[in-house]
Amino acid sequence: MLELLQKIYDLGGPLLLGAVTTVEITVLSFIVALSIGLLFALLKLGAPKPVVWLINVYVEVFRNTPVLAQVFIIYFGLAHTGIQVAAIPAAVIGLGLNGGAILTEIIRAGLAAVHKGQREAALSVGMTPWTSLRFIILPQTWRITLPPMGNYAIALLKDTAVVSAIAAPEIMFYARNLVTSTFDTTFIYILAALLYFALSFPLARMVNHFEQRQRAWQ
Amino acid sequence: MIEFFAVYPENWANWWPQIQTAMLVTVQLTVCSFALAAVVGLLLALGKLSKIRMLRMFCSGYIEVARGVPALAVLFLLYYGLVPTGLVLDAFVAGFIGLGLSAAGYIAEVFRAGIEAVHKGQREAALSVGMTPMKSFRYIILPQAMRIILPPLLNMLIILLKDTSICSLISTPELMLRTKDLAMMSFLPMHLFLLAALMYFLMSWPLSIMTRRIELRMQHGKKSLTP
Amino acid sequence: MEQLLQVEGLHKSFGSLDVLMGVDMALERGQKTAIIGPSGCGKSTLLRCINYMEIPTSGHIHLDGELFGEKKANDSFTRMSEKELAVQRAQIGMVFQGFYLWPHLNARDNVAISAIKVRGMSKAAAYELAEDMLEKVHMSHKADEFPERLSGGQQQRVAIARALAQEPKLMLFDEPTSALDPELIGEVLKVIHELADEGRSMVLVTHEIRFARDVADRVIFMGDGVIVEEGPPSEVLENPKNERLRGFLHQIIKPE
Repeated sequence: MLELLQKIYDLGGPLLLGAVTTVEITVLSFIVALSIGLLFALLKLGAPKPVVWLINVYVEVFRNTPVLAQVFIIYFGLAHTGIQVAAIPAAVIGLGLNGGAILTEIIRAGLAAVHKGQREAALSVGMTPWTSLRFIILPQTWRITLPPMGNYAIALLKDTAVVSAIAAPEIMFYARNLVTSTFDTTFIYILAALLYFALSFPLARMVNHFEQRQRAWQ
Repeated sequence: MIEFFAVYPENWANWWPQIQTAMLVTVQLTVCSFALAAVVGLLLALGKLSKIRMLRMFCSGYIEVARGVPALAVLFLLYYGLVPTGLVLDAFVAGFIGLGLSAAGYIAEVFRAGIEAVHKGQREAALSVGMTPMKSFRYIILPQAMRIILPPLLNMLIILLKDTSICSLISTPELMLRTKDLAMMSFLPMHLFLLAALMYFLMSWPLSIMTRRIELRMQHGKKSLTP
Repeated sequence: MEQLLQVEGLHKSFGSLDVLMGVDMALERGQKTAIIGPSGCGKSTLLRCINYMEIPTSGHIHLDGELFGEKKANDSFTRMSEKELAVQRAQIGMVFQGFYLWPHLNARDNVAISAIKVRGMSKAAAYELAEDMLEKVHMSHKADEFPERLSGGQQQRVAIARALAQEPKLMLFDEPTSALDPELIGEVLKVIHELADEGRSMVLVTHEIRFARDVADRVIFMGDGVIVEEGPPSEVLENPKNERLRGFLHQIIKPE
């Protein structure tokens, strides 16, 4: 038993270090994705047709290609053309752009889901379309988009595992290094899996909570 | 700019056959993992809805873990992690089993939501005409649930297609690995990864369009079944 | 005396569907007009054109002598921008069939927010106004409640308070009780009656014929996109001249 605990302590250390990077990349990528998603979703509401078309192209391209390919293009591809991007920034940009496409659609659907009458009532009391968006529509959009955004956040956390392929020092990267040095393959990968589970579990609980509140609101 | 694109015809004869073979593996991986995920997912959904407490808890637990652990971690466990125990899996097998068991967690929830959405009265009516619970499920519940289940199910197919790229990290000879190898050998990463992205896009986009079309058609049907 | 509302030659088509085919109407200050008619006659569309919720295909609206929703330059008319339209809309209070209270705000905030965000009132002044308006519709005790905790009738009364908080020149009611359970209709009609007694100018689209008779000083009957008959309730509702109106009233009032 003591041996086991000792093992966990020895191996857990580097993995936890990796976990810090995992969380860091997740948070930064989410911020990038959310900014893009919100901006593009709003633009899709009222921007001129060519802009909307461009946004749609972006969304379709990033949603129909694997995030690994996107990250490889940014990390290896750009390096070849002279632009050196470090591992973590490449990861954040790649995951962020990928997530932006996903969140654009989620937020757009959320905006559309707010009942038409809400906007009408806002206009009828003399609010401009912008004011009605800010104080009436968007607040209600958040309620609707919280569960799908939460699910995206969990998926994002898991996706960070693939950036181990560009040597970003996150959990999987440390796990692989540990394996090559200690050969304790089974144990290390199980520990890594548990670590991810521990990180995603609170998020999953939160999403569950929001989904239940959603159902109550219906 | 032109020199950039000129690279492709120069190398096409060399690249295309290899890429073609790899794409076939990608498709095979996708189909196999989807089939596994669908079967396991359905069983999990039924298990979670069953009356047996142990079964319910097991299935719920599986689903939570599958949804909380990255596919890559599962792939590493299956490909490398089982070796010490004597079980050595081939890269393809580890690939589709890992992806399939992972996706099963999500598909289970899709099935469950669809089944629960069918009004309870439907089952009662089926039982009252003398159908067994299994018959009522096969002929009454599942057909109606499929309307709700089909779009997210197709969506999972697209996600699995993209996720096969992760199998490159356990040396499964699919598109991403082949492209990376070619990129390393030819020192043309940008060209090759863009080509890879294009190939995935060409495989995935038609599925996306089809899924959206089916989704719209479903909505025109029974609106009362949607939550 | 200048009329409060003037509607001239109003036409409205949705694509190939003609809904309003030439409506002229006027409203004096303090006058209460009820609009009745069968489904599809255009009464709701007419109401919604008044505050430009629907843009008329042709025709003009004047509110208190001022052109509404459009600007005139020399001899041509151009539509107002959303911002200018918003300013004008603030002068008209509208109550919807579906209430459309904002679910993320409690009753008080629903009523006060337009004063704060549209008219730039201080929060203190806006809340005072909100409390007064809620008092008027007998909903003061529920000022902190959120719409989901209120019954249909209560929500509609808060919606009325929200419109009143605009201190509008004109109130528009679009079938305010059509979506309510029968036992909740009375409380809403009571509030509208009180507003009418105060002398508020209003246009009321309704199915409640008896209520129209009690509250309105003029009734308009519409059919197929035009005004078919209009006059005081005693004439229009008791002694209708028009054949179609008679048939309509007979159908509606029968189940008594």
